[in-house]
Amino acid sequence: MAGEKNKVQFLSGNEACVWAGIHAKARFFAGYPISPATEIAEMCAHELPRHGGFYIQMEDEIGSIAAVIGASLGGLRAFTATSGPGLALMQENIGFAAMAEVPCVIIEVQRFGPSTGIATKPAQSDVMTTRWGTPGDHSLIVLAPSGGQACYDLTFAAFNLAEFFRTPVIVLTDAVIAHLREKVTVKSEEELFLVNRDKRLLRVTGLVHDSFGYSSDVPEVAGELITRLAQKIEGHQALLPGPRFYGPESPEVLIISFGISARAARQAVFLAEQEGLAVSLLELQTLWPFPEEEIRKMGAEVKTVLVAELNRGQVQREVRACGISPEKVRGINKIDTTVITPREILNEILTVIINN
Amino acid sequence: MVIPDYKKYLAVERLPHIWCAGCGNGIILKALLLVLAELNFRPGEILLATGIGCISRAGDYVSFQRFQGTHGRTLAFVTGLKIARPALKVFCLIGDGDCAAIGMGHLIHAARRNLDVAVLVANNLNYGMTGGQFSPLTPNKSLTSTSRAGKIEASLDICRLAEVAGANYVARTSVFYHGELRKYIREAISKTGFSLVEILTPCPTYYGRYNKIGGPDEMLTWFRDKTVPLKKYLQMDKQEQKDFFWRGKLVE
Repeated sequence: MAGEKNKVQFLSGNEACVWAGIHAKARFFAGYPISPATEIAEMCAHELPRHGGFYIQMEDEIGSIAAVIGASLGGLRAFTATSGPGLALMQENIGFAAMAEVPCVIIEVQRFGPSTGIATKPAQSDVMTTRWGTPGDHSLIVLAPSGGQACYDLTFAAFNLAEFFRTPVIVLTDAVIAHLREKVTVKSEEELFLVNRDKRLLRVTGLVHDSFGYSSDVPEVAGELITRLAQKIEGHQALLPGPRFYGPESPEVLIISFGISARAARQAVFLAEQEGLAVSLLELQTLWPFPEEEIRKMGAEVKTVLVAELNRGQVQREVRACGISPEKVRGINKIDTTVITPREILNEILTVIINN
Repeated sequence: MVIPDYKKYLAVERLPHIWCAGCGNGIILKALLLVLAELNFRPGEILLATGIGCISRAGDYVSFQRFQGTHGRTLAFVTGLKIARPALKVFCLIGDGDCAAIGMGHLIHAARRNLDVAVLVANNLNYGMTGGQFSPLTPNKSLTSTSRAGKIEASLDICRLAEVAGANYVARTSVFYHGELRKYIREAISKTGFSLVEILTPCPTYYGRYNKIGGPDEMLTWFRDKTVPLKKYLQMDKQEQKDFFWRGKLVE
């Protein structure tokens, strides 16, 4: 079996996600075919039974996430994979998993939307939908890999975070990363650290409930529950994968990006350096909860913040909300199905620096 | 007859329940708990799965493991749960809206996969929790809060649907026939694979009141008079069948 013989593999993002799941001892996958995430289901159907696990193809995405939650409650590490339209269908049950505190991992391979959009083209326009797609005040974790290695590392981390925080975790990739084939170093058995769960009696409900799992409509119970569900994640951001920093420590321009756009930004930092410009990149690995503190700190010290993303400014809006003065923040956005190129980012950097 | 000790399965401290006076849900829950006591299940080996709606609050009144999912999705959750814990004995207690409207797809596929679960459908002929709207199982011409001039759509026979989807055991009765109800629940639970029991149950607060059937006792006798054994039902002509529910075992 290829994924375990050699430490260094040549994998697509989708494949890296599956191997991370298998190495993290995920033994249940329920899914529904959807481009550009389908290979994950295909590979799980092939590999999971060989590892003593289970693959089930459900009747829709609502059923897929429901089966994942059921299997997780039954004691299996469980995951599913989908794209935007499928995520839309899963939202109610993602909220259920947050409310009932069921660990589960959802790999969302973003495609061009809204609606059916263009099934094979990339986008990064599901940032808000992953955070606020399910109704009600809640918190959950969204990780954003920017390549094959990150797909492996962050998916592996996602399973541990799901168990540790007892929450749904979304791994947010996109159509390019999913199919981009790269060198990936997989973990050996002794490098694997797994958070294990205690097995307990099941008394599970999506209703507001007391600590015994019985439903309640007492204001204090409701208030405490919702506060605890949010704070158990938001109060422990240090345990989540932090942003990665590239470039000089005191730059004039700071690029903030994630996913495939961060790859272009990394190259743009290199190109800028060759031009003698002080430009750095903050690549967000955790999108939600949003890494406010790092951004506030770094944003205060630079003249300009450029936010590069394949949408109309979803992360940019959050960056502004961190308290960075609005005139400092500019977006590099593309919404035409093509990706942002390093040259386009460099051009924007040059424009900004000339104006500064 | 010795009544088995069903109270150990009941979360007595959670009573009184939220159901209206004259509701049949308590009869259904008691019938289920009696069967569990007869079969002497240990609390750790059983789980009650419910959805959303009046009957789905039953999970709050049992002392053993319970799972309450989202509206309509109970069987999809249970599909994953049973794969992870095949030895766990799972009973689903869901309503007519849950199983025949929003969750019908999952019901069909659970039956097609022959998921090892006993599905008890509490059919009170309307959505009680939201105030008495018609469901797919509400009879044609019935008055409900969303069909003030009578329901214009045809109703659905969920038992026949379960049959063609591949269910191993399908039966229908009413809470009026308590002995029969317990017998069918016992048979459904004892059967391996997918089994379904549709239980006609009174909702005097909405269905009974809107359709001028009367209070709790009139509703119970209404179910007595409106149900005929399957054999007799099949001998009726199509027009006459419209006025009755069949009861009995369709698949065993």
